[in-house]
Amino acid sequence: MNGIGGILRVSLFITCYNDTLFPETGQAVVKVLERLGHTVDFPSKQTCCGQMHWNTGYQEEALPLLPRFIEQFKDSEVVVCPSTSCIAMMKDHYPLMAERSNDEGLKKAVAEILPRVWEFSQFLTQKLGIEDVGAYFPHRVTYHASCHGLRSLQLGDGPQRLLRAVRGLELVEIETLEQCCGFGGTFAIKNAEVSSAMLADKVRSVLNTRAEVVTGCDNSCLMHIGGSLHRQRTGVRPVHIAEILAGE
Amino acid sequence: MSGAGLDPRTAPKFQVAARVLVGDSQMRKNVRHATKVIQTKRAKVVAEMPDWQKLREAGQAIRQHTLRHLDFYLEQFERNCTAAGGVVHWARNAEEARQIVIGLVKSSGAMGESPTEVIKIKSMTTEEIQLNKALEEAGVHAYETDLAELIIQLGHDQPSHIVVPALHKNRAQIREIFMREMNLPDLGGTPQDLADAARRFLREKFLRVKTAVSGANFLVAETGGVCIVESEGNGRMCLTLPETLISVAGIDKVVPRYQDLEVLLQLLPRSATGERMNPYNSLWTGVDPTQKGGDGPRTFHVVLMDNARSEILADKEARQTLQCIRCGACQNACPVYQQTGGHAYGSVYAGPIGAILTPQLMQMHHAQSLPYASSLCGACYEVCPVKINIPEVLIHLRNKVVKQQSSGFHILANPEVMALKAVAQVFRSDKVFRVSQKLGRLAELPLSHKDGQGVGWIDWLPGMLGGWTQVRDLRVMPKQTFREWFEEREKNKQGANNGR
Repeated sequence: MNGIGGILRVSLFITCYNDTLFPETGQAVVKVLERLGHTVDFPSKQTCCGQMHWNTGYQEEALPLLPRFIEQFKDSEVVVCPSTSCIAMMKDHYPLMAERSNDEGLKKAVAEILPRVWEFSQFLTQKLGIEDVGAYFPHRVTYHASCHGLRSLQLGDGPQRLLRAVRGLELVEIETLEQCCGFGGTFAIKNAEVSSAMLADKVRSVLNTRAEVVTGCDNSCLMHIGGSLHRQRTGVRPVHIAEILAGE
Repeated sequence: MSGAGLDPRTAPKFQVAARVLVGDSQMRKNVRHATKVIQTKRAKVVAEMPDWQKLREAGQAIRQHTLRHLDFYLEQFERNCTAAGGVVHWARNAEEARQIVIGLVKSSGAMGESPTEVIKIKSMTTEEIQLNKALEEAGVHAYETDLAELIIQLGHDQPSHIVVPALHKNRAQIREIFMREMNLPDLGGTPQDLADAARRFLREKFLRVKTAVSGANFLVAETGGVCIVESEGNGRMCLTLPETLISVAGIDKVVPRYQDLEVLLQLLPRSATGERMNPYNSLWTGVDPTQKGGDGPRTFHVVLMDNARSEILADKEARQTLQCIRCGACQNACPVYQQTGGHAYGSVYAGPIGAILTPQLMQMHHAQSLPYASSLCGACYEVCPVKINIPEVLIHLRNKVVKQQSSGFHILANPEVMALKAVAQVFRSDKVFRVSQKLGRLAELPLSHKDGQGVGWIDWLPGMLGGWTQVRDLRVMPKQTFREWFEEREKNKQGANNGR
């Protein structure tokens, strides 16, 4: 069941916010990967990919986080991360950051490592080539496609294929799948009113599916959608896709 | 928001204007409906093009090539336009452009008379320089002849969209404006009634006024010709009936060859209005000499305006902004624009393209809130017919804003800058990061309430973080971080192995 490529040594890049706020997602990633027969390590000095600073305009502050990431993961066979926006940050911006550093070694290291860096669902469907990870999750679920996963990583229907293979799971498609939920990192705070208005639309769509659980590949969007679902006492809960795939 | 011009120099910050507009339920309904209709039409006509992505690449290549050799193509345009009987004027900025146009209008009358009226074709460039206001102050009234622009003008309103400037108004609101401003108390409410009223109002202007002002969709360097596309035929009237035609164009509007329009006139109508081609495509070169007696103006002027475009061109990472062909597809696709409408952007250029263009036209002295008016969802980039990576440019401009705010004493006035710089220090050391995680758990304790499931939630946060808890709860940090769990697990594993 470990798919193409045999047994892999996976280095987990948990990301700063998953580490701090959503450890259960990381635990689920470990469980799924180990169930598939792979081994997982955790480079202990990792912190943050730099996305928040880079995207908010603090590019000078984001730059030192690149050599830190390289230092932690340069010897990894594959790097897996359960966050679409952090992976998009790395794929879309690390080459430019390296370019700006004028450090030939860093440029080379970035070029070498990026093809080995995977978003969690993409690692399963594309690197390992599997859809059924042997999970059981008896709930009605709708999938939220985060913009970075949809447009930058081109995840396509990979996450939905993983979900459809879960025993007991009833997948209901959300209307306006391609519409942003309004999180946008610091946008949610700097433009709170507009973010809230976008969120209201998304929450309405989630509720229209009559799902018990809204899932996705990025806890940041789910924290935003889930924060409103909780405020309104809807009883619908956000669950990262890794936690569903870890269910048994 | 109505009445006063949309001037980025005096407009409120985006978030301040947006707070007001998000409460305007009628406007939001109108904008949402209109953008959805156009988006659906666009998606349909784009899907029927098997080579759409190739076309986008070709459009991007044409625009990039032109911008790289802009000086050459502008001079080529000037030579060829002049040879065909046109007169080319150069304006460094908005004020120069306004003065040139006012001077040309004033001297355009027959037998030394100075005209007091001009007819206009919808033009974003003349909106950018607030030409109508300047003409009015010089004693010249400009009649907008595009239906939507007419609605805006009669309603003492401001455009809210590049292509569909009155999309924030619905039919009932338009009828009220026409009844009041055209003095038609018995006006009916069908589209036919409204179109008839506009036609009667405008027809008389077309036949009477002898000077017209337009913008330009494209300038063709190879021929010295100008191209305008439109849907109502009002443009064709303005281009053929008057004696004098004055076209104001940004220097970014030039394309090298006539044949380049083959690509751009496929991309533009499909992206802008969801049409396969525009109902009216006008291309004209020079003038028709009086003795020939043909159609078209006897005097033809082109005002080539820079107005900060050279500065944009000089910025390697932002110059793709100038590839824009003003289709407005990014506005229709933008979830932020859909919520706020165009007026929140405090500029005639609204939506994602406005968020990158306006601050640059202001040379980053104004409109610094606009690069943040985006969740960076990328829908704009996906639909852009000339592949402007708007999110990338937004991020680049954010960096410019942060550098301004971090300089000298500015930093002390800005808690956000201080906070983000402090957090950056935390991420630079895993040890400091671990300590911060522990401190965070302590700091949030007084704010936490347990819900029915026994899970701690925060429903109020202080200061700027309060934006989050306006409409969202925040789950408290779990007792153990992931890394603490993983390390404990490794230790237990080792312990188990040692014990074996």
